[in-house]
Amino acid sequence: MSLDIAGLNVRFGARTVVDVDTLSVADAEIVGLAGESGSGKSMTTLAVLGLANTVGATVTGSIKLDGRELIGLPDKVLATVRGSQIAAIFQSPSMAFNPVFRVGHVAVRALRQHGLTSSEAAERMAQAMREVLLSPDLLHRYPSQLSGGQLQRVAIALAVALHAEVLLADEPTSALDVTVQAEVLELIRELRDRDGMSVLFISHDLAVVAELCDRVAVMQAGSIVEQGPVDQIMSAPRHPYTADLLRSVPSIARQG
Amino acid sequence: MAALLEIAGLEVRFGPVRAVDGVSLEVAPGPFGLGLVGESGSGKTTIGRAVLRLVPAAAGQIRFDGADVAGLRGRGLREYRRSVQIVFQDPDNTLDPRMRIGAAIAEALAAHDVVPRRLAGERVRELLSETGLDPGFASRYPHQLSGGQRQRVAIARALSVQPRLLVLDEPTSALDVRAQARILELIGRLRAERRLAYLLITHNLAVVSELCEQTAVLYLGRLAESGPTAELLAAPAHPYTSALRSAVPEVTASARGTRIVLHGEPPDATRPPSGCVFHPRCPIAIGRCRTEVPALRAVAPGRQAACHRAEEVLAGAPMPTRLGTAIVPGETGATDAGP
Repeated sequence: MSLDIAGLNVRFGARTVVDVDTLSVADAEIVGLAGESGSGKSMTTLAVLGLANTVGATVTGSIKLDGRELIGLPDKVLATVRGSQIAAIFQSPSMAFNPVFRVGHVAVRALRQHGLTSSEAAERMAQAMREVLLSPDLLHRYPSQLSGGQLQRVAIALAVALHAEVLLADEPTSALDVTVQAEVLELIRELRDRDGMSVLFISHDLAVVAELCDRVAVMQAGSIVEQGPVDQIMSAPRHPYTADLLRSVPSIARQG
Repeated sequence: MAALLEIAGLEVRFGPVRAVDGVSLEVAPGPFGLGLVGESGSGKTTIGRAVLRLVPAAAGQIRFDGADVAGLRGRGLREYRRSVQIVFQDPDNTLDPRMRIGAAIAEALAAHDVVPRRLAGERVRELLSETGLDPGFASRYPHQLSGGQRQRVAIARALSVQPRLLVLDEPTSALDVRAQARILELIGRLRAERRLAYLLITHNLAVVSELCEQTAVLYLGRLAESGPTAELLAAPAHPYTSALRSAVPEVTASARGTRIVLHGEPPDATRPPSGCVFHPRCPIAIGRCRTEVPALRAVAPGRQAACHRAEEVLAGAPMPTRLGTAIVPGETGATDAGP
């Protein structure tokens, strides 16, 4: 499934926070959206999810999912698009899980919203857990009983169980140890390779983007200043902001 | 040269959990950096806290300038509390949201009688510019600053009392890479200008590579490996160090080695595995690793490792990049050992 953004403008009153000419994710492609805090990456995610209005923003322009325009769709219709077609994971997975319920309960409730019966939902979630290399037993635990990496994988498992075809990943590894980050990146790559999932991967870290993504768009102050194939942008950035971001990445190799 | 800080056989327990289990380390007088590296639950933060006497040591000794820190009382303790300062991952834990930046720094100055009260304002402005901030920020509140700026304030506050040792606990993990690069630059500059000694705690080996002469790698409360940073990064002697090193994302494809993905989580610290605590996740574990605890031993001049196969690892023995079994119910517990 493809995602095509054109002329997207997100603003709070008179202040524009996102102004994107074009940004596309082709079927089974992983596209990185890179920039520092406050550059508008996360507002772009919220706009794609149709949730920017819930934080008081006004959205104009075009966001198409396989050719179908999302902007202007009634909330009820958007609610079915979210989850069943577009899923999102965030920096802090604990925010996706109510701390007083077992994670399996939260997941099953989300699946039932999309028309599954309880037993179908439980079965599908157990299967999805195996696909993200977690034991289904973990579904009986509370969020506080899982590590950050495990909880992020459960969030990804939920997207898998929903058969979402587009994944918006908003800094999903920024709060994780580098070892756990490596595992989660590998998992996202597998979902693309195996299930053909399309991924918009948002990160401030160009090294992570370089390892995972096919293409990258660099965002500064709400606009995309440069985009192209990852290898090309990393080896020969044309915009000074991209070069600055690249220099900021801590590297062991550069020491030598 | 005599060590500034000497940690010998340190043990810290939280109930049944040995969060730190027999760790010995040394920090030379500044300018000097010691990196403490490991995943969540490795005990790195707990060591930093034990140095500050924020958690009690169950066994072992921490000596500062030759004096046993646990035995300090009265004036000696006050002097120690001034000499050793900490910067936390989240500057919001340091700064009172209702207190202006200037007042927050002046409070530290007053607590240790560093300068006469009438000179405090001047000193605050000096500290702000030294850490790369506009002196006018003194009249602002924490929420009016960015995360990177707040971390600079936390550093300025720690420096205000002229410490000899800083404990930097993941000072850049909550920041984006650009803010991180600037904070690391600041630490490098202060290190030279103030001849600082510090413990730099992080999960990312790339962060210690520029700022630390020595690095210690921790796993489940124990030292896996320690040695000069450059040598340890060039040729790890412990498979865990190899895995941590390979997990660091690199921009250029040529800089990326083969990734050794460690599956699963560090084990439950209340029930540590038999033998080598790393063996369930180790890509090169052999029978002996399951039964016999590897002693920390010298493997090269200035280098120590706790691995039965350290010589092979040091010689660059190839490592499988994946482990077969990833789903092990019962071994996937939540693992944070710290409070």
